[in-house]
Amino acid sequence: MITFESVSKSYPGGTRAVDELNLEIATGSFTVLVGPSGCGKTTSMRMINRMVTPSSGRVLIDGQDVSGIRAVTLRLGIGYVLQNAGLFPHRTVLDNVGTVQRLLGLNKAQARAKAYEALERVGLDASLALRYPAQLSGGQQQRVGVARALAADPPILLMDEPFSAVDPIVRLELQQEVQRLQAEIKKTIVMVTHDIDEALTLGDKIAVLAPGGVLQQYADPLSILTRPATNFVSSLVSKDRGFRALSFESLTGLSTTELPAPDTAGRIHLPTLGNGFSAEINHDAATVCWSDGVTVRSAPQPIIRPGDSLRTGLDAVLASPSSAALLADHDGNIGSYFTLADLQPLLSKATRVSS
Amino acid sequence: MNWLLANFPQTWELTTAHLYLSLVPTVIGVVLALGLGLIFGNRPRSRAVITSIASAVFTIPSLALFVVIPSLIGTQILDPLNVLIALSLYSSSLLVRTVFDALDAVAPEVLSAAEALGYSPARRRVFVDLPLALGPLAAGTRVAAVTNVSLVSVGAVIGVGGLGQLFVSGYQRNYPDQILAGIIMILILALILDRLIAVGARLATPWLHQGATAKSSTNNAPRNPSISTGANTEGVSS
Ligand SMILES: Nc1ncnc2c1ncn2[C@@H]1O[C@H](COP(=O)(O)OP(=O)(O)OP(=O)(O)O)[C@@H](O)[C@H]1O
Ligand SMILES: [Mg+2]
Repeated sequence: MITFESVSKSYPGGTRAVDELNLEIATGSFTVLVGPSGCGKTTSMRMINRMVTPSSGRVLIDGQDVSGIRAVTLRLGIGYVLQNAGLFPHRTVLDNVGTVQRLLGLNKAQARAKAYEALERVGLDASLALRYPAQLSGGQQQRVGVARALAADPPILLMDEPFSAVDPIVRLELQQEVQRLQAEIKKTIVMVTHDIDEALTLGDKIAVLAPGGVLQQYADPLSILTRPATNFVSSLVSKDRGFRALSFESLTGLSTTELPAPDTAGRIHLPTLGNGFSAEINHDAATVCWSDGVTVRSAPQPIIRPGDSLRTGLDAVLASPSSAALLADHDGNIGSYFTLADLQPLLSKATRVSS
Repeated sequence: MNWLLANFPQTWELTTAHLYLSLVPTVIGVVLALGLGLIFGNRPRSRAVITSIASAVFTIPSLALFVVIPSLIGTQILDPLNVLIALSLYSSSLLVRTVFDALDAVAPEVLSAAEALGYSPARRRVFVDLPLALGPLAAGTRVAAVTNVSLVSVGAVIGVGGLGQLFVSGYQRNYPDQILAGIIMILILALILDRLIAVGARLATPWLHQGATAKSSTNNAPRNPSISTGANTEGVSS
C-alpha cells in the first residue's frame, strides 16, 4: 500500500505542483494518474521513490515513511519506466536490462541471465540482446525500458507516460502487453498519462488531477465515466463518452451463427454473409485473415473471446473486411461468428442504460 | 633526407624524447580534466571559476610559461619537468571544457533513469556520465596530443625540445636538411599519435560505432537508397 498523506509540493519560484494530495494506492492495483500537462503528475509519482521531496505531508509505503528509507535502497526496490525509455546509450540491451541486478551486487553473468528472462517476459526477441539502444525502434526501446524496470522483480512499478512517444499501433501493443504482464505478476503499478482513454483502459483506479495539483476524483474507471465528481472530470471524459462506456459492457447475450467446417485448404467459407469472404484462422488461434478470392488476404484481425467487452466486439466487426468477427468459446474453440446486426440489440440496451 | 638517414640514431633518440614530452602531458591532461569535470560538472560556481582559469592559462604563450615555471616551483631552467608541467596545464585547460560540454550533452532522460533505478550520485558519475563523455573527450584528446607534439619543439629554445633541437641547430648552422628532418619526424609523430588515439577511442566506445554497421548490413539498407547510390557512382568513377 502506498499512502499520500496531505502531500504538497511547491517549487522555488512559487509553482504549486501538488496541493494537499491524499491517496491510498492498494497493493497489487494498477493506478493511473491522469490530467493535463503541468498538473503535477510526474511530481506526485516521483515523491514515491524520493526523486522529489514533499514540501509538506508524508508518503508512506506499507506504513513506513519513505523519507526514512535511504534513497538508493528505496529505488532499488521500485521499478521505473520513463517516457523515452531513457536507456543507457553505452550499454547493450542485455546490460541495460541487467542494470538493477548489477547495482544489487550480482555479477555480470548472473545479471545477464536474469536480463534474458526479463526480455522474454516483455516479448523481446533474444536476438536483440546484444544491440545498443540506438539500433532499436522506439517501440523496442520502450519494451527494453519495461524489461529493465521489471528485471529485479520489484513489488512496485512506476511508469511516467511510458507509451506516449510511440505510434498508436505500437502503443496499443504495449498497453496490451502491460495488461497481460500485470495479470501475470500483480505488481503495484502507478502510471502517469495525460490520455484519459489510456487511463480508462489500463487503470483499476484513476486519480484525476487538475492544474495546480488538485485531486479531482479518485475512483474506478466506470465511476469516473458515469459519475464524474467535478466539472473538470466530466469535461475530461465527455468526448466519446458513449463509445467509451461500451468498454464496460459485456458480450453476454450475443446471438451468433455457427461456423461451417473448413475446406481442405483450411478456408472457412461463409456464404450466409453474402460477400464472398472466407476466413483463415492463423496458427496463433487468436487472429483471422479474410480473403474474398479477388483482393489480397487481409491483415490479421483479432478473434473475440467471451470475456471481451462490447466495445472490442464492435471494433472487431467495424474493422473486419467481411463485416463479421469470429468468436471463441470459453475453451478457446473458435466455433461461431457475429455481425453488426447481432450486436445491435446489445448496443441498444447499453445506450439505454448509460443515457 | 640524406641528413635524416645518416643521423638516424640521433634523430630516433630525439623522437622518443619528443614522444615522451608530448604524451605524458596529454595523459595527465586527460586525467585532470576528467577528474575536475566529474567532480565539478554540476556545481555551477566552481565550474565557472575553473573555466575562467582554463581560458586564462590558454592565453599565456608557451615560451613564457616554460621560462616562468622554474621561478615558480624552483626547478632548473633546463629541467624537462618545466615543459611537462606547462603542457599538462594546456592540455587539462583544453580538455576540462570538453568534459564539461560532454557531460552537459548527456540526455536528461538518461540521468533521470540512472537516478530512478538506484544509482548513487558518485556511482552514476563513474558508470554513466564518464563513459558517455568518452566520445567527445577522445576528439579533444586528439587535438591536445597533436598540439603538444608541436608545442614541445618550442621547448628547444630553452634546451628541452625533443626534435625541436633539430630546428635550433639547423638554423644556427644554416642547414635546411636538418630542419626538414625535424619537420618530417614531427609530422609523422603527430599523425601516428592522432591515429592511435582515434583507434583507442573507437575500441573504448563501441556503442558509437555499431549503429552504422548494423543498419547498413540489415533492416535499414533499403530505406536508405542514397547511401547505395553514392557507393555506386564512386565505383564507376574510380
Ligand atoms: N524542478 C522543477 N522546478 C520548478 N518547477 C517545476 C520543477 N518540476 C516541475 N515543476 C513545475 O511543477 C508543475 C508540475 O510539474 P510536473 O512535471 O509534475 O507536471 P506533469 O503533470 O507531469 O506534466 P506533463 O504532463 O507535462 O509531464 C509544473 O508547473 C512545472 O513547471
Ligand atoms: Mg510529467
